Amino acid sequence: MRVRVDMNLCQSHGECVFPAPDVFELADDDVLIWKEDVAESRRADVEAAVNACPMMAIRIEG
Amino acid sequence: MHRVVVIGASLAGLRAAQAVRSVGHDGALVVVGDEAHLPYTRPPLSKQLLAGEQTHHDCAFPAVDTLDADWRLGAAATGLDRASKTVTLADGQSLTYDRLIIATGCRARTWPDAPGGVHTLRGIDDALALRAALDAQPQRIAIVGAGFVGCEVAATARKAGVAVTLIDVEAQPLVPLGAELGARCAALHREHGVDLRLGAGVATLRKGGVDLTDGTRVDAEVVLAAVGALPNTEWLAGSGLALDARGGLLCDATLTSVTDDDVLAAGDVVSWPHPLAGGDAVRVEHWTTAAEHGALAGRNALADDASERAGHVAPPYFWSDQYDLKIQAVGFPARGATLTIVDEDGPRLVAEARDAAGRLVGAITFNNAKRLAAYRRQLATEALGAAA
Ligand SMILES: Cc1cc2nc3c(=O)[nH]c(=O)nc-3n(C[C@H](O)[C@H](O)[C@H](O)COP(=O)(O)OP(=O)(O)OC[C@H]3O[C@@H](n4cnc5c(N)ncnc54)[C@H](O)[C@@H]3O)c2cc1C
Ligand code: SF4
Repeated sequence: MRVRVDMNLCQSHGECVFPAPDVFELADDDVLIWKEDVAESRRADVEAAVNACPMMAIRIEG
Repeated sequence: MHRVVVIGASLAGLRAAQAVRSVGHDGALVVVGDEAHLPYTRPPLSKQLLAGEQTHHDCAFPAVDTLDADWRLGAAATGLDRASKTVTLADGQSLTYDRLIIATGCRARTWPDAPGGVHTLRGIDDALALRAALDAQPQRIAIVGAGFVGCEVAATARKAGVAVTLIDVEAQPLVPLGAELGARCAALHREHGVDLRLGAGVATLRKGGVDLTDGTRVDAEVVLAAVGALPNTEWLAGSGLALDARGGLLCDATLTSVTDDDVLAAGDVVSWPHPLAGGDAVRVEHWTTAAEHGALAGRNALADDASERAGHVAPPYFWSDQYDLKIQAVGFPARGATLTIVDEDGPRLVAEARDAAGRLVGAITFNNAKRLAAYRRQLATEALGAAA
């Protein structure tokens, strides 16, 4: 699956980092970095990140 | 189990309903909400939506339409009879349940005897009305209450070029941040041109302004009362469910009513014992806690036996955006014996709250999400230890 984050919406809350630290990470300047191609086995945790994001900035495609 | 009924169709109610389905409940699921709208997120109401950067549509939660639930919107629950497990609605209908999840949140406190035309801010309709008032380019907005909502609206109004008088009876804005960080926020608002009146008692809110107890008149075409929120539990009068002294619904650690195992609750309405608060019952009005509560209450509601239910131990997390400042807090910083700034670098700041024994109970950061996340991990581990 592909993970998209709308960086116009993302406010660097870092909520997504908790359920899926292997996918999402805050850089030292607080800007979010994330993996776009993520193994299917990680779906549940990435879905948890989608639900946790207060800005509704994360989408899963496929 | 046949029937799960959720009262309150906002963040906590939605997450509860989603959890009920995701753990495999295939019986009836009814969600009752007194607002006419499907669930939407509230934080933008004082920020992006108020600024005109987002619409109602942007604030609507995604995937609501794919959730298999019977939505009863525009219908307030007016009573609960636990003996017959029945909720009555304002339109006269009644619903029976096997498990009930109460997620009725809070409403804005109103100013006593405020005349018509004084704004409050809790729902999308309030926000759109306030936005229309700001769009009309008024001379000034007077905001009573320098809490988070009042300060965020002040920042949004300044960005829109509207003059702001922000009034609070306290000596600082944002009391939960403590005096030192509060003073920094006061300076920030003044730098942005806010006429900040602290230690100022309000005598009357009138149409066209605010009169202070020292005799000063503040003239403003738009007046907002931002004086906190009250839990929506009046409809439970007569149900016998225990409430705390301020109207919060008293639950145990698993978000189960202390009075009734078949009644659970989630979000701003709940008063529950938290391990990081020494087991004291707390009520928090934070987005993330409402989301976590909803998911947990939904799962717990389906446990056949109340003893199989899990506790909510995640440290409360909160943020607020004002101008270019992002305030984030985790844990219970206001309950600490000390709050110490441990790092400061321009607009970025890190403060730790510790109890009398020196244990970390909370942290606050300004513009430093990465550090906040680290404290959050640390407090989450501590909370698990304290709960065990
Ligand atoms: C302007 C504003 C800005 C905010 N900004 C932030 C922020 O930056 N960060 C943050 O962490 N938090 C913020 N919050 C707080 C956050 O929005 C709340 O914590 C969250 O909405 C709580 O969700 P909830 O579902 O528990 O309650 P609510 O969102 O209050 O929802 C309760 C729902 O139940 C309905 N209801 C009430 N009584 C009944 C009844 N008898 N029958 C049927 N339905 C009923 C209500 O109308 C409402 O729709 C903000 C809140 C506001 C108002
Ligand atoms: S939770 Fe949302 S807003 Fe926060 S960092 Fe992740 S994507 Fe950005």
